[in-house]
Amino acid sequence: MQPAELSAVEIVAAIRQGDLSATHCTEAFLDRIAKFDGSVNAFLHVDREGALATAARIDEKRKAGKPLGPLAGLPVAVKDALCTADQPTTCASKMLAGFRPPYDADTVARLRAADAVIVGKTNMDEFAMGGSNENSAFGPVKNPWDLARAPGGSSGGSAACVAADMAPAAIGSDTGGSIRQPAGLCGITGLKPTYGRVSRRGLVAFASSLDQVGPMARSAADCALVLEAIAGHDPGDSTSLAAEVPRYGDLLEQPLTGLRIGRVPDHYAAGLDPEVRKGVDEAFAVFKAAGATVHDVELPHAKYGVPTYYLIAPCEASSNLARYDGAHYGHRCQKLRGGFDSPLVEMYCRSRGEGFGPEVKRRIMLGTYALSAGYYDAYYAKALKVRRLIRQDYLDAFAKVDLIGGPVSATPAFKLGEKTGDPLAMYLVDLYTVATNLAGVGGISFPCGFTKGGLPIGFQLQGPALAEPLLLRAADRFQRLTDWHTRRPKQFA
Amino acid sequence: MTTSEPYTTVIGLEVHVQLQTKTKLFCGCSTKFGAPPNTQVCPVCLGLPGSLPVMNREAFQLALKAALALECRIAPFTKWDRKNYFYPDLPKGYQISQFDLPFSSDGWLEVVDPKGAFSRKVGIIRVHLEEDAGKSMHDEAAGTADSRIDLNRAGTPLCEIVTQPDLRSPQEARAWLNELKLLLVYLGVSDCNMQEGSLRVDANVNLHIPCPDGRVAKTPIVEIKNMNSFRSVERALTYEAARQFDEWQATKAELGKIPKQTRGWDDPAGVTRAQRHKEESSDYRYFPDPDLVPVTVAEAQLAAVRATMGEPPTVLRKTLADTWKISAYDADVLVNQGRELVAYFEDVATRVGEGKVASNWLQQDVLRTLNERGESINAFPIRPDALADLIGRVQKGDFDTSRGREIFAEVLASGRSVADVVASLGIAAVGDDELVALCQELLAANPKIVADVQGGKEQAAAGLIGQAKKKNPNVNPGKVRQMCLDLIKAMGPSA
Repeated sequence: MQPAELSAVEIVAAIRQGDLSATHCTEAFLDRIAKFDGSVNAFLHVDREGALATAARIDEKRKAGKPLGPLAGLPVAVKDALCTADQPTTCASKMLAGFRPPYDADTVARLRAADAVIVGKTNMDEFAMGGSNENSAFGPVKNPWDLARAPGGSSGGSAACVAADMAPAAIGSDTGGSIRQPAGLCGITGLKPTYGRVSRRGLVAFASSLDQVGPMARSAADCALVLEAIAGHDPGDSTSLAAEVPRYGDLLEQPLTGLRIGRVPDHYAAGLDPEVRKGVDEAFAVFKAAGATVHDVELPHAKYGVPTYYLIAPCEASSNLARYDGAHYGHRCQKLRGGFDSPLVEMYCRSRGEGFGPEVKRRIMLGTYALSAGYYDAYYAKALKVRRLIRQDYLDAFAKVDLIGGPVSATPAFKLGEKTGDPLAMYLVDLYTVATNLAGVGGISFPCGFTKGGLPIGFQLQGPALAEPLLLRAADRFQRLTDWHTRRPKQFA
Repeated sequence: MTTSEPYTTVIGLEVHVQLQTKTKLFCGCSTKFGAPPNTQVCPVCLGLPGSLPVMNREAFQLALKAALALECRIAPFTKWDRKNYFYPDLPKGYQISQFDLPFSSDGWLEVVDPKGAFSRKVGIIRVHLEEDAGKSMHDEAAGTADSRIDLNRAGTPLCEIVTQPDLRSPQEARAWLNELKLLLVYLGVSDCNMQEGSLRVDANVNLHIPCPDGRVAKTPIVEIKNMNSFRSVERALTYEAARQFDEWQATKAELGKIPKQTRGWDDPAGVTRAQRHKEESSDYRYFPDPDLVPVTVAEAQLAAVRATMGEPPTVLRKTLADTWKISAYDADVLVNQGRELVAYFEDVATRVGEGKVASNWLQQDVLRTLNERGESINAFPIRPDALADLIGRVQKGDFDTSRGREIFAEVLASGRSVADVVASLGIAAVGDDELVALCQELLAANPKIVADVQGGKEQAAAGLIGQAKKKNPNVNPGKVRQMCLDLIKAMGPSA
């Protein structure tokens, strides 16, 4: 049995039944990482020893007849934005190079409690800021479908490692599309849950009011399996939701008959790649065939999503990242040369100047500026007002439809370096995804076709708050009717 | 109020009070003072990546209690804001505080001088809750060694109380601070220990100077920092008022013409000194903390907090004076000693059935001893029942007050009961027959005094009392005097 050919659901079942050992499974994926990650660069840290030790412990547990967790033996890769007490956590930043947190993120603790095997930490845009993974201080991730192209971001490492079968499942975080967009560009399935569904405790903050942890895997069914393990109320996160966690996997069976899917005409504006448009239209047709109806809905303020996002997120980031000052942990400049108001100010300036990459600095500057006296009302306060309007748009739309469908990103995976010189063009890769975060609702992205050049095309469904069961069920139904999600990049067979 | 100066001193205070919680405002670390540096810290108060704050409900309750006692309006909805600035003792790079929607505002606290010198109702602009920063310990000879940071205090809950500029003299400011401290200690909101930093005061002061043309000139406002006792506050304000007057006379600089200045109080030197100008008006870039949810306060919650507040000092003073028929001054002295002493007083007064005598014993004997021994009333070895026993014996006339004091001292020193000490000192009530015999003996031995009394100089009898005490230390001087006078009267007028 080739573990890399199995879905996460199948792996867990095989291990539970004794058809596959956790050790064998973990070894298989670790071997693939060793073989392929040199060209993909999806991992910043691989914990071979720790993963094998965990796998051995799970095998022993099974042999002893002890109860196994719901993810027993499942190798999972974790975005390097989540704290792990036994592995470095760097957020792909020089600022945190070598940093080892003294605690596990809530998500990581839940993965361990579910007997998952954490194989390593995945590459990402520095502090999750970016949509191409080119902002990593440790080199960009390559898209397994075309190594000259970007995997998307910021959870590009998590998306690429699943796409190249280096892990059957991964954890990402999504602040403005950072799970869904790379999932779309890498041809895998990624879910951004409702804000607060998964605890943020231990997720290194980028923009606290937008950040959300979620699963990335081959299929919706696999995402359901992982989400069930990581979702739930955390008293250590004040913004965590108290709602009970449904058994997502058990809710997939129900047919889609009568499901109303919204289609937003604005999504078809200029800039949408014709091949992507075709894939998206075909996806709507599949849903219709499955018994759903498609209705046009308006999200009138969605067009302000990107500018709103690029005020709120940098404002929060400018404050969240103030703690990286060289005084307590992380990068500290080695030499003071003078020329500053005081040695302290120089230490701050040099440490931050050396530790942060250009995009992080750009966003800190944007946020600091927008929060400054005299600008706050014009920028931050106004952005909050627009955010409320966007939220209301979604509430209005979800009074008419159950889900909203459309593209994840306007184009398939773009070339590495193509947009790095133009930050504004790069910001537009979030066009279809940021509003979900601003509204605090959930969204799922999954492959709905391929371009002639062989690049995956992603489809996105967005749902109202806590509609994860419906998002997963709709995506799962789609995947029962199509096989796009089972395609693998040939290079990594 | 002192009115000798040719100006009015206008003072507003900003007081930071550490709340008496077991744990910090946003994490479970202990707030206990004095632990070795950086031993009461966790990822949250260290500001480690990914850590998140969770509000301590107990801290919020205590803050509500303080604000209610200060007659503040409580906001039904309040939120947390981030105050952003860089400093090594602020590990997150921001302080979680409250900016535009503090949980309470518009209150007041009145201070009445017991001797009637002043009475001042001071408006409270706002009371808000925030987390404390850590402590920086700088090398005194700057540049020769590293500064050290202790983050044990980082995240401790602080209430910031901002007053209106309603105070009119340094004496008033000090008295008001005493009243505030008393109130907060009564409520159990804070121990207000200035040495341990649980209460910190900054003062804003300027002068209103009547000019010959009828106009009132206002001097620029100065903020004074680094005052570490209420006495320093009074001294600093006194110094600063005089300094501002001198400066005004020299420069005629008025409010608004120059930026607000911050001056530090140098206690040993007894002067305020201008502090280095910080960057042009700090911009803290306040914005709502997205890691915390807004707090709503329901009327029922306020009622529950009110129910736990007990009588505040102002009410208690009146209650004590009315119930026990003691003077306002006495009630003030007792109440100012704290709730425990008041409870002790009430216990003693109830047992002896009278307030005045209990108040006298407390003020003259108990408080003096407590001061000498640096003890609190809770640790005082003579409990209310024992003191009441002693006072009762004096009231019955078993012995006089000065003899009572000797017993008090012996009980205190030996730890024995009043009855034991009375017995061991051979103190027994002097019987009437014994007293008559003693007085007759004295009269016989002192014909001169007898003659004087017979001549109308009753006060001459006083000379007999000392002699009586020498013969029998247990005699009651009042009784001796009366008995002698009676016996002399019975002898008839002098021949």
